[in-house]
Amino acid sequence: MTRRERNWLLLAPAAAWFFIMLILPLSFVFVFSFGERGDAGGYVAAFTLEQYANLPARFAAFKNTLILAPLGTAAAMLIAYPLAYQLAVRTDPKWRLILLVLVIVPFWTSILIRSYAWIYILGGQGIPRLLESIGIDDVRLIYTPFAVLIGIVYGYLPLMVFPIYVALDRLDKRLLEASADLGARPMTTFFRITLPNSIPGIATGCMLVFILLMGEFLIPALLGGGKVFFVGNALVDLFLQSRNWAFGSAVAMTLIVVMLVTVTLYMRLIARLNTQRDSDVSLM
Amino acid sequence: MRIYAACVYLFLYTPIAIIALFSFNAGRHASQLQGFSVQWYGRALNNPFVMEALENSLVVAFTSATLASIIGTMAAVGLHSVRGPVRAVFDAIIYIAIMIPGIVIGIATLIALVTVFDVINPWIAAIWPRVEAAPQFSMGRGSIIAAHTMFTMALVVVIVRARLSSIEGALMEASADLYAPPWATFRRITLPLIAPAIFAGFLLAFTFSFDDFIIAFFVAGSETTLPIYIFSSIRRGVTPEINAIGTMVMVVSLVLLIVAQLILRSSDRKKSRK
Repeated sequence: MTRRERNWLLLAPAAAWFFIMLILPLSFVFVFSFGERGDAGGYVAAFTLEQYANLPARFAAFKNTLILAPLGTAAAMLIAYPLAYQLAVRTDPKWRLILLVLVIVPFWTSILIRSYAWIYILGGQGIPRLLESIGIDDVRLIYTPFAVLIGIVYGYLPLMVFPIYVALDRLDKRLLEASADLGARPMTTFFRITLPNSIPGIATGCMLVFILLMGEFLIPALLGGGKVFFVGNALVDLFLQSRNWAFGSAVAMTLIVVMLVTVTLYMRLIARLNTQRDSDVSLM
Repeated sequence: MRIYAACVYLFLYTPIAIIALFSFNAGRHASQLQGFSVQWYGRALNNPFVMEALENSLVVAFTSATLASIIGTMAAVGLHSVRGPVRAVFDAIIYIAIMIPGIVIGIATLIALVTVFDVINPWIAAIWPRVEAAPQFSMGRGSIIAAHTMFTMALVVVIVRARLSSIEGALMEASADLYAPPWATFRRITLPLIAPAIFAGFLLAFTFSFDDFIIAFFVAGSETTLPIYIFSSIRRGVTPEINAIGTMVMVVSLVLLIVAQLILRSSDRKKSRK
């Protein structure tokens, strides 16, 4: 058996699996998005742009996703950064690993269970009841955009802390000392040295969280209570309730395109920030 | 700063603690603590629907993680010595598999499999000697396993490849120079070195599959997995029984995580001793 034949044999099962379970299904979505809905649901072959013309019917889902996903990503980043900084720069190396593991562990337990815990905390018997006892009445938290935002931050915080931690950990700490020795105030050191050096970590974290949020279903389903719904919720509704496969496929295709466009724009922005930083450094 | 960090840890662990706490609640009411009891664990373990869902979840997770580890490792080893367009296509496919939201993979698999089955099933019935005994394809355990294997295989390929590229090529060349046939080189040199990565990939795949809700929700047909059971129960209201199940599921994930860490670490230690 030649080396070439051996490689083909090694790659064939994975190639076949990816083709049947990924490429083929995705082409079905693409083809179906130009089709029509059957009388009893499902799909009837056709070539029409009708489904795409109908997209405004699900405008609210896209609007919610495109507002709450970036907002949730930004909130998670703002909460994660100081923690990652504390862990990477200020913590005794002896404790560093265990504290980092403690941040990541929740991410490896079911997001479903962790999200529904917030039904307790935000629901009528939770925080609103506590507020009532100190005299603040009629606070409604569950099934609001705020509840969804909390769920997002809670669910994806570990994913944000990790890459920022890695970036800050790689940062040569002697740079910080040098900056202080040269008389820079802590704030100056932070904005001139620490923050620019951690941008790749921030970028990775934001990207990971944002991509996952674009397809989110569970958090809005559990904490948004049908009032705050994402594209994911619209997709579940279209495929499992109303069985409108053609329109559902058009929504899914649009989601993928919107995602690709935002991610590409975002990467461009980060690349520009990085080159700017490099030229700043060379000026110094 | 320290206080801030403590607050974040509190934020991360309070919800988990609340679920564990309420799972030991004696009362039937889900939101008032009325003493300590393990009755809900007993209820959950004696609930045939829970046990059926658990069995499905375990079978699906074990099968798909095993398949993904084997096929994914094969692909990673193959890709290691392949250049050019084949490699570029594989890279692109793995990128797509990881980037596309789980929900889109779920609906794509659903419509593709249902459509294909609708075409194939009458054919099989037509050529089968006894029509009433003809096997019929339908959505169920098989389709969840196929979909989970696809996604987790991509993860295994990424992990094993990272490990492969960190191994010194000199070791394999030396083995080949000493006239070891390729299979012997693989078995005696490569496999032991990438074993921890394969194992980590297996556990990652297992946890992913065991915890996955969204893909299974679309492709499970009439079957239930544990996350699907939990989700549909929450829709009817949170009960202490669900808290007990949730606590058990979290403990299982944690134990797996710790076992994986211990094994990976002990293998690292052995290596550094050598």
